Amino acid sequence: MCAQIKPTRMELTRLKGRLQTAERGHKLLKDKRDEMVRRFMIYIKKNKALRDEIEDKLTEALQQFSVAESRMGEDLITEALLCPVKSTNVTVDKANIMSVDVPKLKYEESEKTTQLPYGFSFTSGELDQSVLDIAELMPLLIELAEVEKTCNLLADEIEKTRRRVNALEHVMIPETKKDIKYIMMRLEENERGTTTRLMKVKDMMLKNE
Amino acid sequence: MSRKAKIAVIGDNNSVMIFKVLGFYVFPIEECADIGKQIKELEHNKFSVIYITENIAAGIESIIDEYKDKSFPAIIPIPNKNGSLGIGKKGIKKNVEKAVGADIF
Repeated sequence: MCAQIKPTRMELTRLKGRLQTAERGHKLLKDKRDEMVRRFMIYIKKNKALRDEIEDKLTEALQQFSVAESRMGEDLITEALLCPVKSTNVTVDKANIMSVDVPKLKYEESEKTTQLPYGFSFTSGELDQSVLDIAELMPLLIELAEVEKTCNLLADEIEKTRRRVNALEHVMIPETKKDIKYIMMRLEENERGTTTRLMKVKDMMLKNE
Repeated sequence: MSRKAKIAVIGDNNSVMIFKVLGFYVFPIEECADIGKQIKELEHNKFSVIYITENIAAGIESIIDEYKDKSFPAIIPIPNKNGSLGIGKKGIKKNVEKAVGADIF
């Protein structure tokens, strides 16, 4: 890179400004990265706990449901589940975490949901239980969706920020420093050259007199 | 600007039917062939969350990855009645590795 830059004072000022900006940006990005990692850790722990819980409970509920299905037959079950216990009362919004847009899902408990949406005469007890279980799981499912998406987005952004920090730290800043040093050396060299020349001219003039 | 969230469930018929009682939109699917199209359509219809059973999610990881960096929809793998295949947990692990650089769990 040294071959391309002109050793002038103007270039030197420009580079110095650039170095300052780069260093400030580097510090800011580093802070951003650290804070994002801190938040990410909070979310990812929550995510893990939620997922463990949901995977256990959901599998159980679904297994119960498949027992119910084998007892009642597919047609009857489809009929029984035609209308929902409740309409989904989930609102969606956006939140901003360190300039990353993450979804915010809010679940509102509607009226008590103990009643099942079908008559009891043709359905089995397993179905009741699995429906109740899964209704209980719903808030968790919603939360899992929110937390997991947040983790995804944060992880993405953290990776990007880290790349930027590294690029500044290991490429941009050292290179600019090297260029500045090169220009300063060249300028000093020129100055020495001028002084020597002047001394020589003076010598010659003295000899001629 | 909060609005009502639409939630979809994609999976094999036996596993996802029960989600109807929660008021989720259920899309039973047997093969992986046209899930990509289905998901695109759901995104177009402004679904916020798509739950997808792991046995199906396993075949379409590349499609799911496409939606990783968008705010919506959130595609969340869930276990089906045969239990978890560990895809959800793998996703968590991947995220940690991406963010921290090492698997710390």
